[in-house]
Amino acid sequence: MTAPLLRLAGLSVAFDGATVVHGIDLAIAPGEALGMVGESGCGKSVTWLGALGLLPDKARVAGSVRLAGAEILHAAPATLDRVRGGRVAMIFQDPASALNPVHRLGRQVQEALRLHRGLAGAAARAEAKRLFDLVGIPDAARRLDAFPHELSGGQNQRVMIAMALAGQPELLVADEPTTALDVTIQAQILDLLQALRRELGMALVLISHDLGVVAEVCDRVVVMYAGRIVEQAAAARFFAGPRHPYAAGLMAALPPLDGPRAPLLAIPGGVPEPGALPPGCSFAPRCPQRDAACQAGVPMLRPVAAGHDIRCLRSAA
Amino acid sequence: MLRFLVLRLARALLTIALVVSFAFVVLRLSGDPALLIMSVDAPPEAVAAFRRAWGLDEPLWRQYLSYFGAIASGDLGRSMRDGRDAIVLVGERIPATLALTVPALLIKLGLGIPAGIHAALHRNSWSDRLVMLLAVAGFTVPSFVLGLLLVLVFAVQLGWLPSGGQDSWRHAVLPIITLGVGGAAVLARFTRSAMLEVLGQSYIRTASAKGVPWAQVVRNHALPNAAIPTVTIIGFMVGSLIAGAVVVESVFSWPGVGRLLVVAVANRDLAVVQCILLLVAATMVSANLVVDLLYGALDPRLRRGGSR
Repeated sequence: MTAPLLRLAGLSVAFDGATVVHGIDLAIAPGEALGMVGESGCGKSVTWLGALGLLPDKARVAGSVRLAGAEILHAAPATLDRVRGGRVAMIFQDPASALNPVHRLGRQVQEALRLHRGLAGAAARAEAKRLFDLVGIPDAARRLDAFPHELSGGQNQRVMIAMALAGQPELLVADEPTTALDVTIQAQILDLLQALRRELGMALVLISHDLGVVAEVCDRVVVMYAGRIVEQAAAARFFAGPRHPYAAGLMAALPPLDGPRAPLLAIPGGVPEPGALPPGCSFAPRCPQRDAACQAGVPMLRPVAAGHDIRCLRSAA
Repeated sequence: MLRFLVLRLARALLTIALVVSFAFVVLRLSGDPALLIMSVDAPPEAVAAFRRAWGLDEPLWRQYLSYFGAIASGDLGRSMRDGRDAIVLVGERIPATLALTVPALLIKLGLGIPAGIHAALHRNSWSDRLVMLLAVAGFTVPSFVLGLLLVLVFAVQLGWLPSGGQDSWRHAVLPIITLGVGGAAVLARFTRSAMLEVLGQSYIRTASAKGVPWAQVVRNHALPNAAIPTVTIIGFMVGSLIAGAVVVESVFSWPGVGRLLVVAVANRDLAVVQCILLLVAATMVSANLVVDLLYGALDPRLRRGGSR
C-alpha cells in the first residue's frame, strides 16, 4: 500500500464519560473511495467529526489523526482551519440546514475560495460560477445570488459539494450525503460524487447506512457497530460474502431483486447504549452464532484474508 | 411590498384605535372626573355645569363619536385641570422622559447584548454563570425595589447622588441605572439563548468544516442569525421609550410623561390620559412596524415577493 493520505490510530470519542467511539484504526489511500456503514448511532459520523475537531467542546477525543504524516488531532486552530476545507472537506446529511440561511449561495462558496485560495472579488465569483457549473447547477450565474431556501434539497447538496471543492481538498468526507434526498436525486448526487472523484483524483469517505449506496461508489468497505470497526474489506470481496455476523445480517436484511418473494430477515434487538455495552463482543446479545466465549472479552480485529479483517471469534476461526 | 406596507399600516391604525377605545371606555366607567376634580362637597349645580361643559352628560356613544371626530381633525382635547391642550401638556414632558429612557436603552444594548454573546460563547464557564446570575437577579428585582435600593446606598448612605428631582445631570444617574439594569438583564438572557440556538445549527458546523476561523464563524455566521429573534425584544424596548419609565419616574420624582400619566389617571383627567395612551400605542406600533421591516432585511426567508 502506498503511504496513506490520512491515518486514524486509536481514535476514541467520549461524551460525558460515555465512550461512543472505541479506538478506530483506519487508513485512507490517496484517491481511494471508502464506505463507512452501520446503523444510526454506531459512531461513523462522530468518528469523522471528532477527527476533524468539529465536535462540541464537551466531547473528549483521543488517539491520533495523521494527514500525510502530520498530526492534526488537537492541532492549533490556525492549522485546523487550513486543513478543514483546504485538504479535507466535509459535506453533511441535510443540505438545507447545512447552508447558512441568511447568506447568498455564491457568498458562501466565495468564503471558502477566499480562505483557501486567496480569491476575492470578480475572480472569486467567476470561480464560484465555474464550480456551480462543475457540480451541475443549472443557470449557475443566477443561482450564485440565490438563498438556500430558494433551491431544492438536491440543488443545495450540489452547492455543498461545490463549496467543499472550493478548497481543492485531497479528501472529501460525505456524511450521509443523500439520506435527506429523493431516490432519483440520490442517484444523481452519487453519480456526481463518482465523476468528480475520477476527474479530480480526490479520495472519498462515504458515510452511509445504505449498503446499496456504498456498493455503487466505494472501493473498500468498513462496517461499524457500537463504536467499533467490526469488518473491513475490499468492496467486491465484502459484497460477495461478508464474514461478520452483523455485516451478514445487514446484507440479509436487503430485499433481493430476483427470486421468489420472501420475508426480509431483520436483526433482532437494538444497538446497545454507549454507556451500557455488554462486557464482551458488543454484538453478542443479538448474534445468532454467539457462545460463552463471546461474552468473555471484546474480540480483536483479525485478518481472515489479505485486506479483509473482522472482529469476531466465531467467524474468524 | 407596497401592498404589504399599506396592510401593515392599516393594521397599526386599527391597533391604536382599539387601545384608545379601551382606555376611553374604562376611564369613564371607573370614576367621575367631575367629582374628583371639583371637591366632593361642591354644590350639585356646579357639578352638573362641569359635566355639561366637558360633554360628560351626553351618552357614552356620542362622547365616543365626538372624541374620534376631534382626533381625526387633530384635536386631542384639553386637560380638565388647567384647561390647556392635552398634547401641549404631554409634549412638555416628553424630553424629560427621553432623557432617562434613551440613555437607559443604550445601557441595555451596550451591556445586555455583549454579555449575552459572551455567555453563549463561554457556555457553562464561570463567566457564563456569573452573567446569568446577575441577569436573573436583574430582571426578577422589580424596578421600584432596585430604585429604592440604589437610593439607599448612593443617596442616603454614601451621599454621592441625589435621591430625586430634576435639577442636574446627577439627578438622572440613578433613574437611568434603575431603568437600564432590568432591560440589560432581559436582553442578556435573550441574546444568550438566541446565540446558543444558532451555535447548535448545522450551518455553523459547515462553516467550521470549510475552514472558517472561529472568530469569523461567530461574526459572519452566528451573529446575523441570532440578531433575528433579538431584534423583536429590542423593538419592544424602543417602543416603550415613552411609557417605560412610569414606575421609575414616580420613585425618583422625575417630572416625565410617566408621572403625568399617574397623576392624570388618579384625577380622571380624561383627555390627558387618552393623549398619553395614544402616544404610547403609536410608538409601540411604529416600533413593531420597523421590526417587521427589519426582519425582511435580516432574514431573506421572510422577504416578500422581491427575490427570484
